[in-house]
Amino acid sequence: MDVLEVLDGGMFTTVQDLGRYGYQRYGVPVSGAMDTFALRAANLMVGNREGDAGLEMTLAGPHLRFLDETVVAITGADLMPALDGKPVPVWQAVAVQKGAELQFHGIRDGVRAYLAIAGGVGVPPMLGSRSTYTRAKIGGLEGRALVHGDRIAVSTGMDRVEGRRFPRGASPRYGHTHRLRVTPGQQYDAFTEQGIETFLSSSYTVTPRSDRIGYRLEGSPIEHKTGADIVSDGIPLGAVQVTGDGMPIVLLSDRGTTGGYTKIATVISADIMRLAQAAPGDVVTFPRATLQEAHAALLEQESLIQEIRKGPSVVFARHRLSIRVNDREYIAETGLSEAIETAAESKTLHASLHDETHTFTVEVDGKSSA
Amino acid sequence: MDKLRFVPAGDKAFVIELGAGISPEINRTVHNLLLAIEKQGIPGVLDMVPTYRSILINYDPLTLPPNELEERVRELTQDLDEAPPAASRVVELPTVYGNDHGNDLGYVAEYNGLTEEEVIALHSGTDYLVYMMGFTPGFTYLGGMPEKIATPRLQTPRTVIPAGSVGIAERQTGVYPIESPGGWQLIGRTPVRLFDPSKQPPVIAEPGDYIRFVPVSPEEYRRILEEVGNGVYQAASYPAE
Repeated sequence: MDVLEVLDGGMFTTVQDLGRYGYQRYGVPVSGAMDTFALRAANLMVGNREGDAGLEMTLAGPHLRFLDETVVAITGADLMPALDGKPVPVWQAVAVQKGAELQFHGIRDGVRAYLAIAGGVGVPPMLGSRSTYTRAKIGGLEGRALVHGDRIAVSTGMDRVEGRRFPRGASPRYGHTHRLRVTPGQQYDAFTEQGIETFLSSSYTVTPRSDRIGYRLEGSPIEHKTGADIVSDGIPLGAVQVTGDGMPIVLLSDRGTTGGYTKIATVISADIMRLAQAAPGDVVTFPRATLQEAHAALLEQESLIQEIRKGPSVVFARHRLSIRVNDREYIAETGLSEAIETAAESKTLHASLHDETHTFTVEVDGKSSA
Repeated sequence: MDKLRFVPAGDKAFVIELGAGISPEINRTVHNLLLAIEKQGIPGVLDMVPTYRSILINYDPLTLPPNELEERVRELTQDLDEAPPAASRVVELPTVYGNDHGNDLGYVAEYNGLTEEEVIALHSGTDYLVYMMGFTPGFTYLGGMPEKIATPRLQTPRTVIPAGSVGIAERQTGVYPIESPGGWQLIGRTPVRLFDPSKQPPVIAEPGDYIRFVPVSPEEYRRILEEVGNGVYQAASYPAE
């Protein structure tokens, strides 16, 4: 069933999940969310699996109308979302009424925002993923960005949704300077000592020629020993490729699977989200890290994701709040939105509960006890 | 394997290099190692990218520590041979040469002091090894083109090249699997879809297979194109020797 109607696609809004693995040997890029941390968090907050598909929205967000009531979470960049003109809290589950309209009013922080919908965006998977790769027109909605008139279905119904919020104060701030820690790349040896020193100690500026394939940077040229050409090899996420002009390009979700230029370094996985949220004109630096530090940072990020799983939540049924007291289920006759806001704000909800024989008035806190 | 190199490529990938240059022998060890790793079904290996002389392995470091992965892969390299993978096939690509389907055939002939017929005979007289895929989905890096038909790229790349176009660039030949810009000299076109995401696998040849171009008439081209459109076309293939 369709839950979303696109009134305006925005600048570049695509369906993305965590990427298309297993087909790189055929030259099919991984694609997937540029900021996987934000998409995973959004999914978990609306009760989805981490790998469900959501919308990736770039700079100028879309204008969407909800065709049914549902639960959503917006994460990543703060593009100033508003539901029917009222600012929407980000990094938490939000109930949405049928007919409500979601718009984005500007850019406060970052570049890419993510919208997860309870059930997950329901386009048919292609080669094992729903991610859009526009260059080959695969995945997503007809392999392209959303446009006016598109309708989006959810994969599964919303019988049980767990409304959660991100650990308070822990949601990322992106800003305009980005420290991207790096480990040595495959062709580290192809650079002079001076070249490596330049790369590790200089600041580079993000150019407008930056997109889902990669971020082209500008700054001090990085010196090769002999040249930039190599026998083509595989390109990992975050590879920092340096072409003949000495300028670095950091390769991201839609990167080609293989390439014939030297790679001086690889941005550590935990810091990819920082670059995915960088805008043209932002400044990046590349401090060196060890593999052990990179894995520790990854583990730290995973524990934040796990925090969301453990975080305060309320279990909802589609049109009612179901609460168990002494192994007995009671139905709260409150609206979905009221219930979810209660969970998110940890306020106390006064609800009237009833079963066949009794009616109670109870207080419900964010952990759904009564 | 004396020339084996393990090179970290970030915190979730590393590269195994199996030799120094581009040769069918080194490339065969790449495909044989890929098959061996797949057969092992090592948990934590997410995806692999085989190339001319190396494999990029994407892995999950939280499931599989890199030193353990390296050790397991190193074991598998003990008895790798340079014979073609057992499952290796030759896939035939019917191709119409020249005229509107290959505008640069005349130039390629002239550049090399040959007739157009000689260029076609040379180009279609060889089994080309699929060394690797990359650049765009389904693009094959082929080895084995006769040097007699080698031709430099166009001075100015074309902005739109139709899918299926067969081209020459320097000493390489290849097919554009999807419509894209490009600077190769176009000598012909195949009606076969080299990349079809609705199929499993989405490509007609695997890395390590061979491709053979088979000249067809424009009528035959149109007939096959129709079959491809109806989803009934099956590319002819046979085991490689």
